[in-house]
Order: sequence, then C-alpha cells, then structure tokens
Amino acid sequence: MKSSKDELSAAGNPLPPTADEPEPIKAIRLKHPVRIIFAIILIVALAIFLIDAAQRPAYSWGNFSKYIFDKRISQAAGFTLLLTIYSMAIAIVLGITIAVMRLSDNPVVKGVAWLYLWIFRGTPVYVQLVFWGLITTIYQTIDIGIPFTQPWISIESKGFIDVFWLSVIGLALNEAAYMAEIVRAGILSVDKGQDEAATALGMSWMQTMRRVIIPQAMRIIIPPTGNEVISMLKTTSLVTAVPFSFDLYGRARDISVEIYDPIPLLLVASAWYLAFTSVLMVGQYFLEKRFSRGVGQARTDKKGGIDPDQTGAIQVATGAVRVDAHGSEHTK
Amino acid sequence: MTAVQDNNVPMVQADRVSKNFGSNRVLKSISLTVKRGEVLCLVGPSGSGKSTFLRCINHLERVDAGRLKVDGVLVGYEERGEKLYELHPKEAARQRRDIGMVFQRFNLFPHMTALENIVEAPIRVKGMKKADAETRARELLARVGLANKADSYPAHLSGGQQQRVAIARALAMDPKLMLFDEPTSALDPELVGEVLDVMKKLAESGMTMIVVTHEMGFAREVADSLVFMDGGVVVESGDPVEVLTNPQHKRTQAFLSKVL
Repeated sequence: MKSSKDELSAAGNPLPPTADEPEPIKAIRLKHPVRIIFAIILIVALAIFLIDAAQRPAYSWGNFSKYIFDKRISQAAGFTLLLTIYSMAIAIVLGITIAVMRLSDNPVVKGVAWLYLWIFRGTPVYVQLVFWGLITTIYQTIDIGIPFTQPWISIESKGFIDVFWLSVIGLALNEAAYMAEIVRAGILSVDKGQDEAATALGMSWMQTMRRVIIPQAMRIIIPPTGNEVISMLKTTSLVTAVPFSFDLYGRARDISVEIYDPIPLLLVASAWYLAFTSVLMVGQYFLEKRFSRGVGQARTDKKGGIDPDQTGAIQVATGAVRVDAHGSEHTK
Repeated sequence: MTAVQDNNVPMVQADRVSKNFGSNRVLKSISLTVKRGEVLCLVGPSGSGKSTFLRCINHLERVDAGRLKVDGVLVGYEERGEKLYELHPKEAARQRRDIGMVFQRFNLFPHMTALENIVEAPIRVKGMKKADAETRARELLARVGLANKADSYPAHLSGGQQQRVAIARALAMDPKLMLFDEPTSALDPELVGEVLDVMKKLAESGMTMIVVTHEMGFAREVADSLVFMDGGVVVESGDPVEVLTNPQHKRTQAFLSKVL
C-alpha cells in the first residue's frame, strides 16, 4: 500500500517541488534512565525466579515432564474442550434468544428474560453447578401428563442424563445470561436506519435480523464473545462441583492424589489451559477481521485493487479510515 | 393482494390522515392525491410532519386516523365490514415490496457490497434467482452511473454514490411508487447534483414519486405538483412554479423567503 501522500499527488494536484527543502531534523534522542533501570530490575527478577524455579524440588519437573503428555491428561484436555464447545454453543443460541426476548414489546416476554438474567447472573456459577448435580435428587422422575394429576408416563431421571451433560447444561445456562447481554448490546449498536431500510424493502423480521442486524451486530459481539470462550475454558475447571472429574483440572488432581505430588500436576493443567487459550486468541483475531467487512478494512473492494477513477478526495478519506481501524502500520 | 389495474385509481390517496406521537399530533387531517406517473414534492420546515407522512405511506409509521390508500388498497389495515383489522406483518411486508424508499442517510447495508445490497431483497423477498438478480442489479447500477462500483462496500463510496446505490436498491424491487425522504440533505453540496440527476431521469421514465426535499430548484423543474406542509397540516398545494413564485399563504411566503 502506498502512503496517502502518494495517492494525493497521483490525484492530479501535485505541489511543485521547492528548491529550499528544509533540512531533516537530527536531534540527540532523549534518554529515559528511570525506564531503563526499571526494565533491568524486571529482567533480573524474572531471571532469579526462573533459575530458582528450575532447581526448586517442590516443582518436581521430573513429574511434570512425565505427566504433561500422559494419556489420561490428553483425554481430560479433550473433555475440557468438549465442555467448552458444547456449553458455549448452547449459551450463544440461548443468549441470542434471551437478548431478542429482552428487546420484545411484550412485557411478559421481556420480564421472563429479565428474570432469567437476574437469577443466573446473580448467583455464583459454582453454586449453580452444585444445584445441577443435585437435580436428579430434586426431580427424581420425569412425568408426562396433566400437571398435579397421576402422570401417564414416569421416567426415572437418574440414568436419563449423566454428569457430563449436567455440567454442560450448568455452564451453558449460566453463560447464556452473559451472552444475552453481549448480544443485546450488539443488536442495539446497529443503526435503526438499517432495520427501516430492510423493512421498507419488504423483508420480514426474521430476514432483517438474520441478514442485516445480526451480521452487523457481530462486529460488537465477537470480541467479548472471544473473551467469554476463553473464560469458559477456564470455568470448566469448576465442574468438579457437579461432580464431573474427567476434565483437565479434575484429572490432574486425581493423579496428584495418586502420586502424592500436587504441584507438578497443577503446572501440567496450567500448561494445557495456556496452550488452548493461546490458540483461541489467534482464532479470535481472524474472526474479528472477518466481521469487520465493510468497515474501513484495507481492501477497497471485494476483488482487491483500487478503482482507477476514484477521486483523490475519496482515496485520502479511505486512507484515514484505515489508520483509525488498524493503527499506524498501514499508512507507512 | 391483486393490485387494481385501473389507471383512474390514484397511486396514493390520503383522506384526513392523522398521526400522533403520544399526545403530540404530528399529522392533522392530511388529504392529498398522487396520480399515476405524478411527481409530488413535499416541502416545509423541519418538524412539519412531511417525513412522518412519507413513512406512513409504506407503514413504517401507523396511521392513527383517516384513510391512506396506495393503488386503491388500504395501507396497514384491512377493512372487513365496518371494522378495521390490523394487518399481519407478512401482509404489511407484502405491501411494502411495491413501494421503494430512499432515506436521508442512505441506510445501505455496510457489510454488503453495492451489488449485494441491491440483490438482497429481490433474492430473499421475491425469490429471484441469484444470477437473474445480479444481471438486473448491474443494469440498475449502470442506470445510476455506477457500473464499475458493483464490488465496492458503502464505506468506500462517496455520499452521492451511496445514495445512487440506495436508489438502485429500491428500484430492484420494481416498485410502482418511490418515496424519497430528503435524499440530498446529508450530502456535500457538490454531490447533490448527481443524485438529483438520477431522480430526474427516473421521473422522466414515468415513475410515480413522492419527494420530501429542500431542493426548490428540483421541485420547480421536475415536480408536477408541490405541497407545502407546516405544523402537521397541508398549508398550500398546487403547481410548483405557481406555489414557488406566487405563494398565497403567509406561512408559505415566510418559509420560501428563507430557503430561496
């Protein structure tokens, strides 16, 4: 990409080169001694910590390397991923539903959505998970029939659902409350004119939502949702409350009890969590890029390349948008 | 809903149309008629209710009293016996399909290219084939002088270009009536002309148009009739040249002396 200055002159309005071009400034750079000293202190402290940690017996690095790729651990990592994916998927769908309900004109629908948020945001997720673990005790049978009369069919609830899915439900229902608020903020951020334009074209409410509002709301929704996914990955460690113990943290703890050495397994679990969150952060970056389509992205049109007849004024204007969106690197 | 194909039926017939926002009466008994192929300009100070009236015509706002008919069909309601029934959203959407609307702030879909903006409704609402819709969209883009901008996103188009895409988008639904809500008010002065040119060509092609505008030159040159509104009522209406050069009413005179 050329600098916007080149584009300006290419637009047919070049300034004549002047003979008395001013000399570029060559000043002695300002020194920042405090910054340098602080940086040195940080490096030294970090080095001391690392050298010490490498030698400290409590970390027992031998056990760390023994268990980091243990089959039980990698299976547990799989369960943690499944918990994250299933509960986030349900939470997003449910969150969109609740968000739309909250924006409804019907006071009952709106009220129910509000009640949901009040309960699921107002109580700790750990407590909710314990509740889900006890659900088969609270509701021992699933009855089909007319309420408060003898049921037609009665199914034992135990064995109907296992602790894995109870964990997914517990995490998803809690997360849905937060997703609902994120989605609602996204929907409200879309200009009202968009809804009007789609309506005026004869699009139905559903079409307007799916084709016009939600894709634009995504730009607002994606970054916090990425944070929620990362947060969910870590929250899955609480499913021990259900109790489900085949997840990463649960397995690591089981093994540590087995070998009477808790600390290396905490490090093993942490290393896996860190690896997953790092991958998620990269994924989030690309998703954000994709949903910023049409909002000052680097390419002028879908096919790439710049139209030759675009006026200089517009070129400069788009250049400015690029700076806003991506920082200074695009303008040289 | 079969459209009445009688050419004597006016395209828009407003009979004492009234509209309230809370206790605020923004339209007070507006009665006017727009014939087929006619271009009507609505002028007046801001807050006079002209935009609200325009939005009533495609039921973006509901009419609270009076009757508003487009092509002989009541807008937003159905009259059965003595009673009025509110239309199902599906029916309301069906009515809007035939009425194109162009907004002051363009309201193009920013996440779609110009071409995608234009083909969206024909494909989703009319069930047109994608290839057919795209061929038609390119024709329309050429018609508004933007044949080479098909793949540009709205953010990379100037205001005037965006508004011309918006006009093409409305035309893609083959409307029988076009509504323009201050289509040039958000534009830089040097971009106004290109939009007005497109509108003028559209008027010459025989499209029925209702234009809310402050462009008196356009009204004088293109409009068949002009309505001056103030405070939610029609103050004066008639031949645009007549009204603009020889306004009868005091309020019209006061308004025109400020804008001309």
